[in-house]
Amino acid sequence: MSDNSGLTLFLDGEEVGFTRGESIFQVSERHQKDIPTLCYDERLEAFGACRLCIVELEGARYPVASCTTKAEPGMRVTSKSGRLEMHRRVLLEMVVSENREVDVNELAGYASQEMTTLVDRYDARTGRFAGGKSGTSRADDPNPFILRDYEQCISCYRCVRVCAEQEGDYAISVMNRGFDTQITTEFGGLLVDSACTFCGQCIQTCPTGALADIKALRAKDVEEPVEKTRSICPYCGVGCAVDIMTKGDRIVGIQPAMDGPANEGALCVKGQFAFDFVHHPDRLKTPFVRNDHGQLVPASWDEALDKAAAGLLAAVNEHGRHSLYAVASGRAPNEAGFLMQKLVRAGLGTSYIDNCSRA
Amino acid sequence: MSNPLKDMEKPDVIFCIGTNMTECHPVAATRLKKAIANGAKMIVADPREIGLTKLADINLQLRVGSDSALLLGMAHVIHREGLVDEGFMLDRTTEAEAFLKHIEEFTPEWASEVTGIAPELIEEAALLYGRAERGAIYYTLGITEHICGVDNVQGLCNLALMTGNIGREGTGINPMRGQNNIQGAGDVGAIPNNYPGFQAVTDPANQAKFSKAWGREIDHENGITKVRALEQAGEQIRAMFIDGENTVVTDPDREHCERALESLDFLVVCDLFMTETAEFADVVFPATGFGETDGTQTNTERRVQRLRKAVPPPGEAKPDWWIISRLAQRMNFKGFEYSGADEVFNELCSLSGTYAGLNWDRVEFGEYQWPVPEEGHPGTPRLHEDRFINGRGIFKLIRYRDPAETIDDDYPVWLTTGRRLAHYHSRTQTGRSEGLDYLRPHETLEVHPDDVAAWGASDGGWVNMSSRRGSVRIRIESTTRSPRGTVFSSFSFNDVPVNVLTGSGYDPVTDTAELKVCPVRIEPAIEPTGD
Repeated sequence: MSDNSGLTLFLDGEEVGFTRGESIFQVSERHQKDIPTLCYDERLEAFGACRLCIVELEGARYPVASCTTKAEPGMRVTSKSGRLEMHRRVLLEMVVSENREVDVNELAGYASQEMTTLVDRYDARTGRFAGGKSGTSRADDPNPFILRDYEQCISCYRCVRVCAEQEGDYAISVMNRGFDTQITTEFGGLLVDSACTFCGQCIQTCPTGALADIKALRAKDVEEPVEKTRSICPYCGVGCAVDIMTKGDRIVGIQPAMDGPANEGALCVKGQFAFDFVHHPDRLKTPFVRNDHGQLVPASWDEALDKAAAGLLAAVNEHGRHSLYAVASGRAPNEAGFLMQKLVRAGLGTSYIDNCSRA
Repeated sequence: MSNPLKDMEKPDVIFCIGTNMTECHPVAATRLKKAIANGAKMIVADPREIGLTKLADINLQLRVGSDSALLLGMAHVIHREGLVDEGFMLDRTTEAEAFLKHIEEFTPEWASEVTGIAPELIEEAALLYGRAERGAIYYTLGITEHICGVDNVQGLCNLALMTGNIGREGTGINPMRGQNNIQGAGDVGAIPNNYPGFQAVTDPANQAKFSKAWGREIDHENGITKVRALEQAGEQIRAMFIDGENTVVTDPDREHCERALESLDFLVVCDLFMTETAEFADVVFPATGFGETDGTQTNTERRVQRLRKAVPPPGEAKPDWWIISRLAQRMNFKGFEYSGADEVFNELCSLSGTYAGLNWDRVEFGEYQWPVPEEGHPGTPRLHEDRFINGRGIFKLIRYRDPAETIDDDYPVWLTTGRRLAHYHSRTQTGRSEGLDYLRPHETLEVHPDDVAAWGASDGGWVNMSSRRGSVRIRIESTTRSPRGTVFSSFSFNDVPVNVLTGSGYDPVTDTAELKVCPVRIEPAIEPTGD
């Protein structure tokens, strides 16, 4: 292991420590310097595409991109100056010239507000470099999950990189350069015909809403504000942390928790998109009991609990306490399983309990 | 899992067996892809050509149900080539000598006969794993859903023990748990042989502890498994309470299962939907689901995490803890006066050694992986680091056994079942979520193109597939993902109830069903019309 002790540089005049291998951007982030960027995703290799993260380095003739410049002992870095801010504003105006509009609905994706936030911060003149544009939108892609509005694309390549580096799927790539740049699948086809698994990672890292969450945007006209609640995905055993997006009493979308301990920002197609079942009309809304004609009919809680208690106890009274068997769920919370086993153990003194792990 | 998920980025040799991870645990698979990008080598053993196959350095396409033979053959080569970790075996294991003698007879040539894998490939895989600095094993139900599931797991343990690939970063024996809280269901004691925290029912100390906690005598013997309970339905078992399981669709041998539920005097089901199983019930309780419940669940790496309520439930649906405790109260059972999930979880922690250092507040950010034996303990991301819970790792002298049913003239094709990326289990949730059917609208039977031709069937055409228990009609998908002589389908679609066919046998120790092996006969059929 390399010795990291005692490594320091000067950041805006203050001596700060760093770890070997860290970029100037990472050191600055730790010291809340709030350097602007559009192509940076902390989970991915630094790329240096947008140049907004430039800083001044004593001894260097021009500003350097802080994300791709490694910290070195004794460096003297200026993260903010009038000259830097002027450069950043011009760079931003060039990037923004790619976009027809800058207002992006926050439902579009986790990072979707990054560009609009910077445009506001720098009061960037979005029409200053109007003219050429790259990217042709794929309105013909009928997939129900990922909007491919490439007219909004600023060629930061975050989607391409997240698909390769984070997902390992390599479903999308970059075709051509300059104003002909196009994010595309191999052979320029539909996502469903590519290696895409619809995990939604490209949506969540896109800083402009060019790639956007079609399912969440179904609720874009709903008036209420978006609220987020941290929970855990209901599907497999990996336990990915998610932020449930709600408007009022409705779940409108899911975003991965970037600090989720099990998933660190990743999700799959089910965790990302398979949530409509929660509000499906088929959901049971009342208890049901079987009536004298053998039909299951709605009932009150009182009636259902009494009937269930009586039915279970009748078996126990007639055939003994080993005639009742409980099956706990591998899908319900720990509290459910705990109480299921307590029901037979504390209630009947048996261990006639199992869960769905054997089949 | 013995090791944390983040360790999946650390091995130099990965051995995946019986796990279709890119479809069933896609987010975990991304970590393996990162390890491979950083230079790790991967061995994949699976009867089918799955997503992982494309990423593997060595592919072992074994005949379904022959896993234990492969593992014995690999152990033989590792021993023969002097790749055993003698220090580890001496310091940390027992029965090592007997084991090394035992595996002498299981040559790669013998394993090749059983598995259908070339002996050179078995040698190559054994050498790769045997020489690993950090070798990690990952498996799923492809290992356990066999009549020899316990033997298979022990075969994997033998490999890890003989090479010292356990208790260190990037190593381990790592079962990927299939359901969001299947780990938790075992942790909390919803099994017939353990109290919460895997405290054995048959241990007098535990018997005393829990009879004191709950103020009554509790049987000193283990209960019976669900498999046995369903067998005894209508006889010893007269009533059942099933929480959140679509037993009829997901259990083997559907007809047997339906008969069992029908023969009960009384059935109570608690679920989100009127499932095929709920249709058999006398009382159905509406439960809250994802985003509607405060609670905890425990993932495959033993991490306890909080669930939070974001929206109100539909109508009068209630959380499971409320339903079960109120039912218990109506049955005049004592000790069910809870007012929230937090109280239930805190009681669990007070009774479970593995959760003893946790409480509702401490699991707020999901930082802890059990065991957390006392307050202030940081949790245990990696098991078996300095010692095994029982002191020493025990080698088990396993042998190969044929599946419960093997192919013959009447049923000449192997059927194996599993999941698909876009759907989950009986589709009660993914089938009711917009868009997933775009990716997978209906079930197909994956058949090798040569077999499709040989059986006089066609790609997209229909066949009848029959086992000794029943028959289903299914559409053919011609694909080299299936090897010749083996076909695959999921059990997710109710119009192709594949579990009508399965259920040939059960592991004698765990009663786990042999869902991964079912000999079938396949005959061309006409397309079904209407409903």
